[in-house]
Amino acid sequence: MELKTQPFVLNIGPSHPSTHGVFRMRVTLDGEVIVELEPIFGYLHRGIEKLAEGRTYTQNIPFTDRFDYAASMMNNFAYVLAVEKLAGIKVPERAEYLRVIAAELMRIARHLLAVGFLTNDMGAMMTPLLYMWREREKIVDLFEMLCGQRLTYNYMRIGGVSHDAPPEFLPALRKFLKEMPDFVNEYDQLLAENEVLLARTKGVGILPADLAINSSVSGPMLRASGVKWDIRKADPYSIYDRFDFDIPTGAVGDTYDRYRVRIEEIRQSTRIVEQAIEQLPPGEVCAKVPTLLRPPKGDAYTRIEASTGELGFYLVSDGSIAPYRFRVRSPELLNLTVLRDISIGWKIADLIVIFASIDIALGEVDR
Amino acid sequence: MNAWHYFVNLLPNVRSDFISWLQGFGLPSSLIIFLDSLIGITLILLFVFPVVMLFIWMERRFIARFQLRPGPNRCGPLGLLQPVADAVKILVKEVIVPAKGDKLVHWVAPIIMFFAAFMVFAVFPIGSGVRGAFADLNIGILYVVAISSLAVIGIFMAGWGSNNKYSLIGAMRGVAQLISYEVPMVLSIVGVVLIVGSLQMGEIVGRQTVPFMLLQPLGFLIYFIGAMTELNRSPMDMIEADSEIVAGYFTEYSGMNFAMFYLAEYINALAVAIIVTTLFLSGWKGPFLPFWFWFLLKVVAVFMFILWMRATLVRLRIDQVMAFSWKFLLPVALINVFITAAEVLAWDTWMSGWTSFPWPFIFLNFAIAAVIIIVWSRLFFKTGGGRVEVGRLRARDSQGYGADSQAPVS
Repeated sequence: MELKTQPFVLNIGPSHPSTHGVFRMRVTLDGEVIVELEPIFGYLHRGIEKLAEGRTYTQNIPFTDRFDYAASMMNNFAYVLAVEKLAGIKVPERAEYLRVIAAELMRIARHLLAVGFLTNDMGAMMTPLLYMWREREKIVDLFEMLCGQRLTYNYMRIGGVSHDAPPEFLPALRKFLKEMPDFVNEYDQLLAENEVLLARTKGVGILPADLAINSSVSGPMLRASGVKWDIRKADPYSIYDRFDFDIPTGAVGDTYDRYRVRIEEIRQSTRIVEQAIEQLPPGEVCAKVPTLLRPPKGDAYTRIEASTGELGFYLVSDGSIAPYRFRVRSPELLNLTVLRDISIGWKIADLIVIFASIDIALGEVDR
Repeated sequence: MNAWHYFVNLLPNVRSDFISWLQGFGLPSSLIIFLDSLIGITLILLFVFPVVMLFIWMERRFIARFQLRPGPNRCGPLGLLQPVADAVKILVKEVIVPAKGDKLVHWVAPIIMFFAAFMVFAVFPIGSGVRGAFADLNIGILYVVAISSLAVIGIFMAGWGSNNKYSLIGAMRGVAQLISYEVPMVLSIVGVVLIVGSLQMGEIVGRQTVPFMLLQPLGFLIYFIGAMTELNRSPMDMIEADSEIVAGYFTEYSGMNFAMFYLAEYINALAVAIIVTTLFLSGWKGPFLPFWFWFLLKVVAVFMFILWMRATLVRLRIDQVMAFSWKFLLPVALINVFITAAEVLAWDTWMSGWTSFPWPFIFLNFAIAAVIIIVWSRLFFKTGGGRVEVGRLRARDSQGYGADSQAPVS
């Protein structure tokens, strides 16, 4: 008897335990092997870019919280930078430092989440995730001190930040920074040398540097492929030129490198926050900006190194109180475009791990 | 017989007394055997269900503690009634059968799983003596191995009958994986059987003056890994890998049918813990305390270890799991059989006069186990697998790709 096999189509998503939201991968499988993959976006499309054209510049800040909801501070940051560039607003020194502290803490929290969900999707039954979550919870507590929110912070304002740090913030932050390196080392020791984790991630889903550059991949994923590109160094925004930190890069661009780069970036972010606390000046936290801001006609593009990559905001002003065009360069969407290229030929289990290592939040992919 | 002695041997004594009581009525022997079977089955159920509930509670509480969370603590003291609440909830849920599924197969699959999980309990010796087990068959281990592999049929039926691709992938993984691990598992049991010279479970416990785990470290390890796979426990939980294939073969199950799979999983866990206890940890034997205490202690300790692994390790990939079975466990288990056979022969021929138990072999076997594991894993073992060239796959098939109509089950 001759056995005849044929490939079949499997829809992973839109509702699936490891799609991190509502994302659909239309996968053609030959047994367990992925022969073809078609990512299908748009299940969480809310039309924010269009909605933003009907609201004032300040009213748009809460929208940005809803892009990458696990890294709201970053989105706030990128957006207010764009508006400030458009309107030519000078930000007080103390506000710049508070912004950097918030952004770097956000990066730590986001990377912890990314590493936690990566191991979770690898089948670690939530354990590493919940340890990461413990540290993330401390950061969220710090943010709660800053702005009263725990998920959608809406902390940054055009011309500064909404509130000055309360007196208990800095001691709590110092305590956190003191503990954090030990925790990161502990996680690293537990995970990085784990034989099963190595078997699952080493060499899996290799993203070559040239493909990464050609596909506009950015952030930790690009650095994992060995490209030393970080906008904080390459095109410093805010006050990042005042800090001393390294850009960790990976060797081959596999899933393991993407994991390593994130762990290293947590360490570097801790360094940046430490330096920022040392230099934190007293003073105002928000410039005088009219409630109904009318930037002059023109356009502005700013980009920041968000936790997942180059997050850019392109704003066009027609001189009215609302932006004429509000465009987001979403790093997560662009990072996701290489999913097909790096996961074909691997098995379903690898696809899930590769997908988790790209680290997306569907809020930003679909907007 | 004093009361304490009666109490510690409660299970066998109740059965003996019941039978003598029945014989007093002058009933025919066939009826007595039938009634005896009934009471045996009842006793097994009375043993299994509370322990399974304890296991479910342990799994939820202890894994919660491993993961820095309190776990269920609202139902009863320490959340002890949580399994009861779960059971009540699941019993009132609707049983949904997929419209295009194979309804009969879908319905029978959980029954087979449940049945296979329960059958093995007949031969487990919980205490000493003739009536320590429900039926201490003289081919006890063979029976256990045969019955526990029936679960594969249930898994595949569930995967096929569901008409769901996730279920089918899970079922295919299950068949491949369970059959692969059956081989090294049985070979690791052969070591114990060679030493004892009997397949009877009671006899195996009787011969363990020290736990066979010390005498058969390699066999214990292989059996334990194989059993973890058989149980679909992390790191080998490919069959129900929730982050990949949702819930594997029972994706389409709900209500009582799902509960039967769920219970079967824990009953299997209990069965594996009992087999490990019986074969490698000297069963119900232990100093000072009553036998049932030692038995339960060992069973719970084995289950705790399984939980610990589940909370710690990440999942392997299916090809790595298969490679590990065929390229590592199987050859190592074969080597173990040869070494054990040589040792038994040597002991019987030359050294039987020394002591009543082959103490020197304990140290020798630990050394051999370490050397074999290190040498084989460094020199001969390679998981292989990895990326497949898709161009070759495309060329092999002339049908083309991507048509939604190519459903696996129609």
